[in-house]
Amino acid sequence: MNQLPGIALQVLQSVLVVLVAPLVMGWVNICRAWLQNRSAPSIWLPYYTLAKLFHKDAVIANTASPLFRLTPYILFGCMWLAAGIVPVLATDVPFAPAADIIALVGVFAVARVFSALAAMDTGTSFGGLGARREMMIGFLAEPAMLMTLFTAAFISGSTQLPTIVETLAHREFAIYPSLAFAAVAFLMVLLAENARIPVDNPATHLELTMIHEAMILEYSARHLALIEWAVAIKLVAYMAIGFALFLPWGIAPAGDWSALPLALAALGAKLALAGTGLALLETLLAKMRIFLVAEFLSTAFLLGVLGMLIHFLVR
Amino acid sequence: MKDFLPDAERLPGALPAWHASIQAESLRAVAQKAREGKARLVALWASDETTRGAGYAVHLALALPAGLLWLSAPLEREHPRYPGIADLFPCAARMQRAAYDLVGVHAQDNPDHRKWLRHAAWPGGQFPLRKDFDADARPEPGEDHYPFVRVEGEGVHEIAVGPVHAGTIEPGHFRFSIVGEKVLRLEERLGYKHKGIEKRFEALSADEGARLAGRVSGDSTVAYAWAYAMALEAASGVQPPARALSLRGIALELERLANHLGDLGYLGNDVALSFGFFQFWRLKEDLLRLNHELLGHRYLMDFVVPGGVARNLEPSALARLLDALGSIEREVATLRTIYDEHAGAQDRFIMTGQVTLELAAQFGLAGLAGRASGQAYDLRADHPVPPYAELEVRVAGHIRGDVAARVSVRFEEITESLRLMRALGAALPGGELRVAVAAPRAGQLGCGWVEGWRGEVFVALDAAQGGRLHRVHPHDPSWQSWPLLERAVLGNIVPDFPLVNKSFNLSYSGHDL
Repeated sequence: MNQLPGIALQVLQSVLVVLVAPLVMGWVNICRAWLQNRSAPSIWLPYYTLAKLFHKDAVIANTASPLFRLTPYILFGCMWLAAGIVPVLATDVPFAPAADIIALVGVFAVARVFSALAAMDTGTSFGGLGARREMMIGFLAEPAMLMTLFTAAFISGSTQLPTIVETLAHREFAIYPSLAFAAVAFLMVLLAENARIPVDNPATHLELTMIHEAMILEYSARHLALIEWAVAIKLVAYMAIGFALFLPWGIAPAGDWSALPLALAALGAKLALAGTGLALLETLLAKMRIFLVAEFLSTAFLLGVLGMLIHFLVR
Repeated sequence: MKDFLPDAERLPGALPAWHASIQAESLRAVAQKAREGKARLVALWASDETTRGAGYAVHLALALPAGLLWLSAPLEREHPRYPGIADLFPCAARMQRAAYDLVGVHAQDNPDHRKWLRHAAWPGGQFPLRKDFDADARPEPGEDHYPFVRVEGEGVHEIAVGPVHAGTIEPGHFRFSIVGEKVLRLEERLGYKHKGIEKRFEALSADEGARLAGRVSGDSTVAYAWAYAMALEAASGVQPPARALSLRGIALELERLANHLGDLGYLGNDVALSFGFFQFWRLKEDLLRLNHELLGHRYLMDFVVPGGVARNLEPSALARLLDALGSIEREVATLRTIYDEHAGAQDRFIMTGQVTLELAAQFGLAGLAGRASGQAYDLRADHPVPPYAELEVRVAGHIRGDVAARVSVRFEEITESLRLMRALGAALPGGELRVAVAAPRAGQLGCGWVEGWRGEVFVALDAAQGGRLHRVHPHDPSWQSWPLLERAVLGNIVPDFPLVNKSFNLSYSGHDL
């Protein structure tokens, strides 16, 4: 019956990530406002937005198929699943063996495919435009992401995230050049996959420049709320993957409940730091021309490969 | 001017403007001669002269080196038609289509016979600017059929954007034919903001017309109000007091400054550089609030009135204004360094949406966009009327004609506007603010031509009996720039269009009238 604490932990983590995700978005928005000399909106604003959207009546195009209605739930489900797989608070997540890092990338890919299909479903030109751009980014970002994860996998000798985190968190402190390369590559993939500046602009109103936003233009009310929420969870899941690979310190070891408060505090600090960093990057950078994204993500892939090669060279 | 057209009569007023009546048959010959003499077409419009016992008339305003030439050609009452000049002046094509939609005068040999300003609000075959058209009539909206040019080919498809956009901007429809992300063709469809401004003028007295002129395009209210006042003052033979002219100069430069600040912010926003957006918009907002406090209106509406200006600028207010300008200058200098040194922003700006020198010259592009493409026209320097006569305005310029060039011209013009305002403020003459403007006699012509922030704002005024208006044609510089936007975006990628569009920032309202 020593599975019980694990399951409790799993439930805690899954609920926590879903509840905290809009808060992280709110924090990023606050940091962006501060860095741009604006007075900041409330940190709770994303929650109000979600509540508002859930109270509205959904408007759905006549041409939409059931896939269009289904997709927000699939997206939300995928992101929630991803957030459940990544060790956020403790390394013993009973759910984690269900999927390794390759499957994790696959979960994100499923979400991508469905959102692209739903975008094209209504037959608007912007949906198609956004879906096309998203697929271009997807096929460039996924290999780069895999290379990054493989670097970490080679160091710990496993593709299971808990094992990777366990290994990385408990070895003596040393700078691994391979991980440094992988970290830069991961950051670039994170920006591209989460539709952040310099690849996409989450705050734009210009239909013709949108990538992610163009795909969800037709959504409203609860569907839009689920998608927005899924976007927030995705960002937290990516940050959590980043912490697991590159900043694993503070995470609670298996079966040690007393380490949980510290793990919670560490997680909060890391999320706050990551949010600030993201806002800083987004303030400093301009959005790049869309075809430069290919170069941007190729660079990420190259850095991922370099990280892997260096791991073998310096071993 | 006498060398160009011996019959040309000098119109009254400080502006070097002439008027001549010619036969419709000789229209092409004169236009040809003007084209060879490097003249630009400023405006083309039509009028209904049936209440004066004639038929219709088509009018041309040409910018010649010596000044402005207003040509009128009478047309017969049945089948009014004239030889089209779109092959000589490409920008005339849409003006000819609009002239047909509004007055029913037909341009022969116009390559494009589709409607332009008419949508479904009134049926084809009715012409709102004819005197027998009832302005209060509300015809049943009909079908709005408009055949866009289709581009065929493997992998070519269309994106229809607007007239309702995701942001709060004016309505216009853009039809892109694209392959992948590359723009093969862009076709604009405007006219969604047609409000019947020209028809409305005809129901107003000359004095009331000033308020309407100031509302043709809200972001250029000073330029329009001044151009209208200039036209009316010329027609009435009134000279506004020197103090009023200097204050008008300050107001026009304030308008230029505010719009340039806003546009520079928007250009930052369009490349996702929100920092620039918020900084420039903070500066603009502070300036607008100061406008409101010192001159009574954020956008300076109704500040310029026929005969002078509506409000005085007290010495203490002037001191505050100059103080604020100083801090704007310092902040803009810092922000310019940030824009210039931002690799990401410059990468988006440079070589995007290029208008070559040849194309700009061919289309008669003037104003801000023209100056960015080597067309060094600026009315404040070319034909300076008071208060610009002694100021020796330095014309900003660039030759690359891309977004970066239009950004650079905006920065340079901000600096120059600040210098002009200081010079005007330092030598502000005393005296009265406004003189009475008598009603012009019937048939008296007057024109106003002012370098607004976007370009040359032109107003042609033909007075009627008893202080009424027979015909007023306000002309926005956007008429010349809209067709070039279609060209500028060719070969660019779809996501760069908003940036190119914003770098021109053309008026829909001023164009659709």
